[in-house]
Amino acid sequence: MPEHIPADSVGIISPIVQRFDEPLTLRSGRVLESYELIYETYGELNADASNAILICHALSGDHHAAGYHSMDDKRPGWWDTCIGPGKAIDTNTFFVVSLNNLGGCSGSTGPTSINPETGKAYGPDFPIIAVRDWVRSQKRLADFLNIQQWAAVVGGSLGGMQVLRWSIQYPERLRHALVIASAPKLSAQNIAFNEVARQAISKDPDFHNGRYMDHGVVPKAGLSQARMLGHLTYMSGDAMEKKFDRDLKSDELSFSFNPEFQVESYLHYQGQKFSTQFDANTYMLMTKALDYFDPTIDHDGDLVKCLSQAQCKFFVVSFTTDWRFAPDRSEEIVNALIQADKDVSYACIASDNGHDAFLLPIPRYLDVFSAYMERVEADIPARSGASTTGESS
Amino acid sequence: MSQALTDLRPDLTIIQQWVKPNSEVLDLGCGQGELLSYLKAEKGVRGYGLEINPEKITHCIKNGINVIEQNLDAGLGNFKDNSIDTVIMAQALQAVQSPDILVDEMLRIGNQAIVTFPNFGYWRTRLYLLLKGRMPMSESLPYNWFDTPNIHLCTFKDFEQLCHNKGIRILNKRVVDDQHNEHWSMRLWPSMLGETAIYHISR
Repeated sequence: MPEHIPADSVGIISPIVQRFDEPLTLRSGRVLESYELIYETYGELNADASNAILICHALSGDHHAAGYHSMDDKRPGWWDTCIGPGKAIDTNTFFVVSLNNLGGCSGSTGPTSINPETGKAYGPDFPIIAVRDWVRSQKRLADFLNIQQWAAVVGGSLGGMQVLRWSIQYPERLRHALVIASAPKLSAQNIAFNEVARQAISKDPDFHNGRYMDHGVVPKAGLSQARMLGHLTYMSGDAMEKKFDRDLKSDELSFSFNPEFQVESYLHYQGQKFSTQFDANTYMLMTKALDYFDPTIDHDGDLVKCLSQAQCKFFVVSFTTDWRFAPDRSEEIVNALIQADKDVSYACIASDNGHDAFLLPIPRYLDVFSAYMERVEADIPARSGASTTGESS
Repeated sequence: MSQALTDLRPDLTIIQQWVKPNSEVLDLGCGQGELLSYLKAEKGVRGYGLEINPEKITHCIKNGINVIEQNLDAGLGNFKDNSIDTVIMAQALQAVQSPDILVDEMLRIGNQAIVTFPNFGYWRTRLYLLLKGRMPMSESLPYNWFDTPNIHLCTFKDFEQLCHNKGIRILNKRVVDDQHNEHWSMRLWPSMLGETAIYHISR
């Protein structure tokens, strides 16, 4: 628990739930008649709503990106290193909106919500959501908040895919796109990892074809295995070497099949923790959204043609030891943007933290991220008719 | 913020004259983006800079310059043929692995190219080697032979020979001193009296 709230924290935050009654037709053809989105905001929206930043979360993220919900919280939100007063996304300047995506399990409508047609939880009947569906629902949230144009849409990993989708789906609704540790689409290897994770969950006897809630159980073993697999793909070999080497939990080998190496117990701990906090159907659904994402599908597979529709400026960031979404994948995006004559800057950050690096306080990452956000700030249009003191340089 | 012409490094002042207004530029080793910043503000030029130094990249981003983190030694295969009007490389030719291939690449991507490099045939350099018998060091070449990033130094004549061999046309050439200023004497005997070479080339 925080003894006191740090000066560069957004402080204690209360999430807001908003209901939307306009039906949402999904990529799959299915329709969500109504749904709720849970979101948090940090900082203050200016008079002409031109300083708003949208945060898009990754596979297991949620709306709680920064600050604390109470003084009892052990940790702040998942991107607290980058969001707060004086941080890269400076809440003294920007109004930040962070939501839990549809299909999530943290308060937005998803598999654990009640299906109004049956009066029971959706479970496996919840429709598979595509990235473009998330972006459409996020645009409705922007409309509700009277935000006509985001100063920037920002996301890492699966969040970066939502940013890319924003840039082509609603090109006039954002000025800057920040795509961090992401890819234009998954590779066969990425899809394979996701399938192993889904198999681990669906083969758990407690899964009951996704109806585990009806049986009063949770497929903990499967979800834990899925998380262990995911987690190790987020780390680099070097980082694991540094953190664990071949260290043992006790002094001697036991010649049994119990976990003996530190790396094993670390993974078990991570898996078990996750399996009590996350919903298995949501994990299945989120990995499927990742697999399906390919914005070029409507453009003959041509990323240049696809990104030509964008009107915003781009900042792309990758990390040297990220092998889940390697620098090459970010460079595919950068090269397509150059060929499409878009404004783009690109930084490849040296780090030994693998894919996880995008969440960590790496000095160069924070520097270059802050520098780009200064540019986002400089592009906030001066308020018409109002006498403002020069707040941007 | 854009810079006034008088604030621009003199070699960059010469380079900018050869860049057409509202054209597209690729600046290889763009540093802090001084040239692109000037060209953008004063000539409506669009473009990208390539750089590998983290601090310089951050500086470019603050300056509103499109900067791509890319090592010139890894090649420029990601840029399409004839996709850029002018490809510029200031003071980097001598530090790359394959300067000859890079010059070819610049003219594959760009309709024209501008290259600047330190002249190893400068009289002080010749005299240093002749009298001291050691690898020349100066303000513009401040490194020891073992730690220098300048692995492919050449003279004006070497560069012109390379252009001749490759059938590259030299549209313009200028020389400046170590302060990057021009002097009438350098026009008389550039290969001896010029310290920095600036070549404007095309196919």
